[in-house]
Amino acid sequence: MSVDTSAIEDVFNEPGCGRNDNKTAAERTMGCTRQLKPGEAGGGCAFDGAKIALQPFTDVAHLVHGPIACEGNSWDNRGSASSGSDLWRRSFTTDMNETDVIFGGEKRLYQAIGEVIGKFDPPAVFVYQTCVPAAIGDDIKAVCKAAVAKFGKPIIPVNSPGFVGSKNLGNKLAGEALLEHVIGTEEPDYTTPYDINIIGEYNLSGEFWQIKPLLDELGIRILSCISGDGKYHELACSHRAKAAMLVCSKAMINVARKMEERYGIPYFEGSFYGVQDSSNSLRTIARMLIERGAPLELGGRTEAVIMREEARVRAAIERFKPRFKGKKVLLITGGVKSWSVVAALQEAGLEIAGTSVKKSTKEDKDRIKELMGRHALMIEEAAPRDIYKMLMNSRADMMLSGGKSQFVALKAMIPWLDINQERSQAYMGYIGMVKLMEEIDKALYNPIWTQLRRPAPWDEAEVNRQTNIPHTDSHAAENSTAVRGHSSAAGFKERANASGRWVVGHISAAQATCAVQASE
Amino acid sequence: MAIVSTSEKSCTVNPLKMSQPIGGSFAFMGLRGAMPLLHGSQGCTSFGLTLFVRHFREAVPMQTTAMSEVEAVFGGQENVEQAILNIYNGAKPEIIGINSTGLTEIKGEDVERFIYLIQQKHPQLERLPLVYVSTPDFKGAFQDGWDKTVARMVEVLVHPVETGRARDPARINVLPGCHLTPGDLNELRTILEDFGLKPSFLPDLAGSLDGQIPDEFTPTTIGGIGVDEIATMGQAAWTIAIGAQMQRAAEAMYAKTGVRFRLFERLCGLVPNDEFIAFLSKISDRPVPLKYRRQRGQLADAMLDAHFYIGGRKLAIGAEPDLLFDLSSMLYDMGANIAVAVTTTASPVLQRIRTEEVLIGDLEDLEELAKTHGCNLLITHSHGRQAASRLNIPFFRAGFPMFDRLGAGHQLSVGYRGTRDLIFGLANLVIADREAKHQPTPDTWRSVDRDFKTVPSYPQ
Ligand code: SF4
Repeated sequence: MSVDTSAIEDVFNEPGCGRNDNKTAAERTMGCTRQLKPGEAGGGCAFDGAKIALQPFTDVAHLVHGPIACEGNSWDNRGSASSGSDLWRRSFTTDMNETDVIFGGEKRLYQAIGEVIGKFDPPAVFVYQTCVPAAIGDDIKAVCKAAVAKFGKPIIPVNSPGFVGSKNLGNKLAGEALLEHVIGTEEPDYTTPYDINIIGEYNLSGEFWQIKPLLDELGIRILSCISGDGKYHELACSHRAKAAMLVCSKAMINVARKMEERYGIPYFEGSFYGVQDSSNSLRTIARMLIERGAPLELGGRTEAVIMREEARVRAAIERFKPRFKGKKVLLITGGVKSWSVVAALQEAGLEIAGTSVKKSTKEDKDRIKELMGRHALMIEEAAPRDIYKMLMNSRADMMLSGGKSQFVALKAMIPWLDINQERSQAYMGYIGMVKLMEEIDKALYNPIWTQLRRPAPWDEAEVNRQTNIPHTDSHAAENSTAVRGHSSAAGFKERANASGRWVVGHISAAQATCAVQASE
Repeated sequence: MAIVSTSEKSCTVNPLKMSQPIGGSFAFMGLRGAMPLLHGSQGCTSFGLTLFVRHFREAVPMQTTAMSEVEAVFGGQENVEQAILNIYNGAKPEIIGINSTGLTEIKGEDVERFIYLIQQKHPQLERLPLVYVSTPDFKGAFQDGWDKTVARMVEVLVHPVETGRARDPARINVLPGCHLTPGDLNELRTILEDFGLKPSFLPDLAGSLDGQIPDEFTPTTIGGIGVDEIATMGQAAWTIAIGAQMQRAAEAMYAKTGVRFRLFERLCGLVPNDEFIAFLSKISDRPVPLKYRRQRGQLADAMLDAHFYIGGRKLAIGAEPDLLFDLSSMLYDMGANIAVAVTTTASPVLQRIRTEEVLIGDLEDLEELAKTHGCNLLITHSHGRQAASRLNIPFFRAGFPMFDRLGAGHQLSVGYRGTRDLIFGLANLVIADREAKHQPTPDTWRSVDRDFKTVPSYPQ
């Protein structure tokens, strides 16, 4: 086994990690390794997490050392955007074969590095360790070292075999690789008092560009974004920033904390989701820069921009409020960003039927409670069956989640919107907030729902025959409910209760009787 | 006769290939109430799951034994046991299909034995079929995982039949390769039923992944062929295997039950479908229904209309062996020039692909060769879209994964009708490309080289 255990242990003991703080000593020794029970749930591996965290560095080659499984099954699946190089979109893997497994894959890896450099001449190569080479003892650190000597370029080992733990752990292992091998190795051409780092932001669907114009307007320079639309040189110089923002995720807290420790760069954790959070974040950036020597007038200019943007966005979301009134949304985000999304939705007048808190820290949960009230419905396990139960019980009008659970909602004829990493829409900053509301509105009021929830005429006749109920006018039922139909195809029956709320659930023919009666 | 060679690179760039274990899981998805389980670390399952969901846009069941570092060293029996118990209690499956991964293969674990011991220990599992297939990631490709797994299903789940026992002359086993879509399977079912035959598909992805809306939420597959039906496949009169990859499973069926088989290496194109329909007419002892006579005429007409656009096209195609053979043969029959063919793994059909050389390689190879050969049509899965845009040539998506277009599960290529639709799709792509990019200008003819070689040569 060739796994750098000290580095992994170090990450487990990350003092900034809220999740670890909540654990008992015994739990903590388990670290993030065993979140998953065999046959009970699914989640990405540490390699997945490391790749997610680093791949948005656009001008470097990301070379995956392992058999075809790790990279061949997963590449080209993320929508980070680049303003320059597209090298990051190419996939590089050693595609180890049986011979490599028997005799070791180090030679192939070394040659692969040479090939990549020969063909693409990137400023650096990131080499990812995966399960099989780790288990047979390939020492990627040594190979990278040899390759550095030979090719005279930074070759960065990322020690992330999948079996060491979860995606979240992988994010942090990626951060360790940056701290150990990249950050502080080059110097910027010049610095300004307005230089900041953004940490843990991946620029999915180019969403960071929704906020960047405001920073530009204020004269704030992003010295390095780790890692969305990032470039190697900027990353290597990032130790010269005056302040840093850790974008709401806890994924790379080790990077933020250690950069503070080593280079004296203070950081705060903030988010650009939702109006309030966007404003707070801009304000905090300005304050921290001023504290570190930027002119005082930055504060005034920032306030002016915030005031202008807030007024614009409030005016824009006003039109959604009557349409969202009484509408309930179920949030399945994995939990890391839950609170910031909750706040965003509430600003537009949506009710939150419940939220998943699987990956939330204690602080996250406290914030959710603060926003949603003490009786906030939170679920720990977000297996499809649990989500389904929650959808039914909470009588949600809509679900927001990542792509993997979309079918739980869609097949039950409940509107759904992707708010996870694979999404193709961008929801950041003030503009993003309005965009999100537009998408929710489109989903809620799409005319397909009334059509799809109608049973086939012959199925309806069947129910009525069985239950001996006179045929009800389904059009009338439809009209009385703006969104929900009177009953759905495929057995997801619904009805209105006295308060006019729609109940969704799979009900038997006998129950269908009262359902139809109640709606009459 | 094509020469088959293997890329010599150490670094695969833009893989065409996907791994064996998920090909195996894919096969299990065609069984009813099934839970595919990858014996490995959690990431392998998560990646596979995402891939299938992106392609089909359906809920897909898949589980992991969640091996961690410690178990990778000391063996994973306990993980297999826990996974099986958890799935049994939670998802209530009718069958659990287990594929190994690279990590669990390097230790050489005897999973068959684990399963035996687990069933001994937990009598409630005795009746639950647990099918295990060894599919290391560092060997073969997606298609190999499928073919091994289907053969294994036959070996384990089909009941043997005593010789001399009467067979049901209308019952037909169909063993489809993984290059067929759920839409293809539905089409084949219709054709067989139109001849009065009763087909059993193993596996039956159409039953589970053709985009239905289930009545109730289920954590396992929602449809597909049941274990009970598989058990009786030995009573069929014939086995029809589609794609060379299914030879192994067809032979296993024959060895176990004596059911004769006929292998159709491809079902796209006029001639192969003539053979297929004639075969069905013979075994069912029925004349060819009018419907298929008309469909044949429509295909012939489509070929006439489309040959202007497809004839002489210089084609670069990257696909798994059977799909490559299938599509490239049809396009060769339409007059296309198969200039570049790249595939993922070895197969007996590769030598017979109508091109000079077949390369076992990656999408970088496909792109470079397409460039040097001046190809003007690219066919491969969705990952080829970057290459196509760099080459600036029309791009037809075929195979798995297809994540940037809708309806992947319904794309048709089998039968007269399927071939007709496919030909129209390809020809229309070429027409659209010509309209968009190749309007003549005063300069069009200036750059033609000296000896007036403007017309691409036809294949011999
Ligand atoms: S778990 Fe291991 S083998 Fe599987 S994808 Fe992750 S790194 Fe690769």
